[in-house]
Amino acid sequence: MEHSVEYAHATGLLGSVWLLVAIPLVSAAILLLLGRRADRWGHWLGVASVGAIFVLGLSYFFSLRGLENRSVELSLWDFIAVGDLHVDFGLLFDPLAAVFVLLITGVGFLIHLYAVGYMSHDAGRRKFFGFFNLFVAAMLLLVLGNNYVMLYVGWEGVGLASYLLISFWQDRPSAATAGKKAFLMNRVGDAGLAIAIFIMFATLGSTQFADVFNGAGALQSGTVLAIGLLLLLGAAGKSGQFPLQAWLPDAMEGPTPVSALIHAATMVTAGVYLIARSNPIFSLDPTLQTVVVSVGALTLLMGCIIGAAKDDIKRVLAWSTVSQIGYMFLGVGLGGGAYALAIIHLLAHGFFKANMFLGAGSVMHGMQDQVDIRRFGGLAKYMKITWITFGLGWLAIIGMWPFSGFFTKEPIIVEAFARGDWTAWLYGGAALLGAGLTAFYMTRLFVLTFHGPKRWTEDIAHPHESPLIMTVPLILLGLGSVVAGGLMATPVASWLTPVLGHGEHHEPVLSHTVITVLSLGLTVLGAGLAWLLFRNGTALVEQPAGPVVRAARRNLYTDAFNEAVFEKPGIFLTRALVFLDNRGIDGLVNALAAAVGGGSGRLRRLQTGFVRSYAMSILTGAVLVVAAFLAVQLGWLA
Amino acid sequence: MDLKLPDIDYAALAPILVLFGASLVGVLVEAFIPRKRRHLTQLVLGLLALTGALVAVVLNAQDRVVTAGGAVAVDGPTLFLQGAIVVLAGMALMLIGERSVQRGGAFVAHAAVTVGSPEDQRQAADEGGATEVYPLTLFAVSGMLLFVAANDLLTMFIALEAFSLPLYLLCALARRRRLLSQESALKYFLLGSYASAFFLFGMALVYGFTVGAGGTGSGGGVDFGTIRTAVTDSAASEVLLFAGLALLSIGLLFKIAAAPFHVWTPDVYQGAPTPITGFMAACTKVAAFGGLLRVLHVAFSGASWDFTPVLGAIAVLTMLVGAILAVTQTDIKRLLAYSSVANAGYLLVGALVLSKDGLSSTMFYLVAYGFTVLAAFGVVTLVRDADGEATHLSRWAGLGRRSPLYAGLFTFLLLAFAGIPLTSGFTSKFAVFGAALDAGQSWLVIAGVLTSMILAFPYLRVVVMMWLSEPGESTPTVSLPGGLTAAALMIGVVATLVLGVAPAPLLDLANGAAEFVR
Repeated sequence: MEHSVEYAHATGLLGSVWLLVAIPLVSAAILLLLGRRADRWGHWLGVASVGAIFVLGLSYFFSLRGLENRSVELSLWDFIAVGDLHVDFGLLFDPLAAVFVLLITGVGFLIHLYAVGYMSHDAGRRKFFGFFNLFVAAMLLLVLGNNYVMLYVGWEGVGLASYLLISFWQDRPSAATAGKKAFLMNRVGDAGLAIAIFIMFATLGSTQFADVFNGAGALQSGTVLAIGLLLLLGAAGKSGQFPLQAWLPDAMEGPTPVSALIHAATMVTAGVYLIARSNPIFSLDPTLQTVVVSVGALTLLMGCIIGAAKDDIKRVLAWSTVSQIGYMFLGVGLGGGAYALAIIHLLAHGFFKANMFLGAGSVMHGMQDQVDIRRFGGLAKYMKITWITFGLGWLAIIGMWPFSGFFTKEPIIVEAFARGDWTAWLYGGAALLGAGLTAFYMTRLFVLTFHGPKRWTEDIAHPHESPLIMTVPLILLGLGSVVAGGLMATPVASWLTPVLGHGEHHEPVLSHTVITVLSLGLTVLGAGLAWLLFRNGTALVEQPAGPVVRAARRNLYTDAFNEAVFEKPGIFLTRALVFLDNRGIDGLVNALAAAVGGGSGRLRRLQTGFVRSYAMSILTGAVLVVAAFLAVQLGWLA
Repeated sequence: MDLKLPDIDYAALAPILVLFGASLVGVLVEAFIPRKRRHLTQLVLGLLALTGALVAVVLNAQDRVVTAGGAVAVDGPTLFLQGAIVVLAGMALMLIGERSVQRGGAFVAHAAVTVGSPEDQRQAADEGGATEVYPLTLFAVSGMLLFVAANDLLTMFIALEAFSLPLYLLCALARRRRLLSQESALKYFLLGSYASAFFLFGMALVYGFTVGAGGTGSGGGVDFGTIRTAVTDSAASEVLLFAGLALLSIGLLFKIAAAPFHVWTPDVYQGAPTPITGFMAACTKVAAFGGLLRVLHVAFSGASWDFTPVLGAIAVLTMLVGAILAVTQTDIKRLLAYSSVANAGYLLVGALVLSKDGLSSTMFYLVAYGFTVLAAFGVVTLVRDADGEATHLSRWAGLGRRSPLYAGLFTFLLLAFAGIPLTSGFTSKFAVFGAALDAGQSWLVIAGVLTSMILAFPYLRVVVMMWLSEPGESTPTVSLPGGLTAAALMIGVVATLVLGVAPAPLLDLANGAAEFVR
């Protein structure tokens, strides 16, 4: 063990960290329980509660900065105490949790504000804000828990909120189906996380972060590998990583603020948080890290390729989220200093992706909920603010200098090239290729939406810019997309060092400059290519295409794969089990039941109602009892 | 002849004395208070007396004495069980005193009038029920209090008769279906006397054994201390001892309704007025088990290796008979009767564990079961049509549609009987089975769990019937309960829930009380 993990007790202002979870939870309860009575002011309560915890989060952040040991624990009460299992209802506020708190509450506040405008015509706005607050509370619990069980509670909480919000318009069959799909695929990952927690308890006797991290070094390597892989399964489920990525694009059926907050900025990064938080476990086993890196690299390429073939503005953004989280997984998988890089990319991504989703929402708001980018075009003139802010997000995500993506993505590519053996070429190459592809499909999205000829449906005459309450968050997030990366890169890395540690540093196989030049070059190439191809618009319907594009349109056949490998055998297995249950188990149970019933019917006849037969029965019983007593007694003597 | 009066600790006997006194006053009330005002007077007197007895029990909480010349032991179990009996009897008294559900209450005005005669029809129509039930109930309760405190077999026998005789009478006093009621009373009386005879004969044999054990000249005795010494130390013939113990237990097993001595239970439970059935199911069970516990733990604990297999077999048989026969019952009162038989089996499992755990878990079970069963019979009194209570199960179909509240409450109580978590039924079974496992009696636990599974079927059948069947033409409505029934029902349901969710305080209390003075 390099260093042992110790947490100080929270004192002073930090003793009230629990308010971060409590305030949005109470607000959610009020919104959901008061019903229609809260319709008129409910959304403002929702916004205010998140605003309040953002301010609180800032003040906690500054008091944490003033401390020597910047990891403080707050044990509220004994959550579960059964036998040897003791789980605190405890919170941990450390640099890692602090940046997540700021991201969730800061971006969350802006998106809440935006949603007031976006949902203004929706009858269910109060319910929406109730669920939204519930999500914020659960997400904060997830990042603030000081043990894996608390994390799991938050984890399930965000899963629930996500399900409720994806199927928010539950009268649309597609939304209801998408909600179920997300819920089911998440269960697969959640089961992995749960089993990992069980193993921790079985082998270490505790689920507290401190105990687990200090004890993990003494575990057998197989156990560490098992825990790590199961945690990774959980992380992949929540973060839409291979092989559990299919639910995330479908989740775009929810209202756009949901896509922005939950399925872009915060919840889907919970997997990255889980791995970063568990870094003492992942750092123990190189195999484990290789698996994480592979998942990340594979997913980031998949996301790019599929994203390039989609025509639904939110789905393109969703696949880009999948791909960007792939970068983050790549980062946390590389270990060492790259943990911090992944977190920084996560923060920057939170800004620019939320910005772009809200921008997409603004476009849809003006275009009568049209989502097909083939039916946009030329919107730059009509929606200036949306155009500019979206453009800033676009430049940020493709990693153009000096926008934030450049400062956060490029170091990850460099780290990938610094793996110290031949795999550097593999993963570094993948990351580099991903950068080029990202530039291509994001430019395609941008150009088709805002430039080129108008390809609108007939019913749209004058698309309008969104109201102020929606554009102000856009502007703020747009600013964030420009500066966040550059501002955060160095200070956040050193801020996170106490949690994530330093790693040994290899020199990259190519020089730093070469990599930078290559990645910028690929980016410009990809963007330029897309600009040339799409500046004159595109066909209004799907065109026949080569095998790669066809595959990408069908999500690289992953859905077909899921159907063939899991769904069909699953259905078959279910049928077989139903058959076994009906014929075998039910048969046995029914036979037993029939035996009991028959016995009962026969015994009933002994209950004749005649006192004489009752007395006879008592007498027989008495004789038997006396005989039995004596038999036991005589047997004892003999 | 030199007759020395024993010292009597009146304070320790206060709960019993208060109730005996109140029953005598009740008899005087019958003689001197005008008929119209008797009902209220008796009811208030009864409730006051029970409250007084409860206060006395609480005040005695720290007593651990043997008094009245060794005849009465006031110790932890005594006080715990006395408290339980008094509280449950209070609930039962509320059900007994209810007059708004049915005109005149559940009791007949003049029990001696021939059934079906014009006079009978007149009294059924407009006369208030006999108020003698109150003193009779109080007599029964005081007998039960003495029974759980009795420290020798003779006192125990007197107490047994003191609480049985009023019960026989009470069973005969139903206002509706009088023939069934009278038949049940007669059966109960005949079989009860029969069982008492076994008890007496057993006592004689045990006395004979102690005489033999003490050697000539020292004389024997039937107090538990003497028996205990004789069982541990004696080299005398143990045939007398075990024949005696066997017969004694038969007397007690009859009262707790263990198979095959349970035969009276369904008929009597069905025939007796429902409040009385509830009273018997709750209080008689507590008292009878209290007596059995003391006999086994104090007097015969030295012979536990010998009686556990036999009584264990009886417990298994009881669980089986209760569970299996409950499956085909079509009358709700008979169903609850068989459920009570099966519960006697579970309780017997606890009673056979001669440890502190066994004692405390059995006492906990008794209290929890008492609350639930009284509430259940409370609901039964409410489901009625023009002819009185509608006890046939087919009549309960679709009740959930007609009166969701009471069907819901009854469902909750049935789930408690079935031992579903978050009800007292779960915690109490868990406690008893846990104690039995710790004592190495896993075979009893296995039988217990298997029969619980069987028993869940009849309970759930009623639930399914109430909620998933369409209400038929004949589905009765539920009468609005008067304040008394509502209160009793509420106490029972809340206790069932609280003891399921937070059983610790009562378990601690039972644990603290779980030691006999010897």
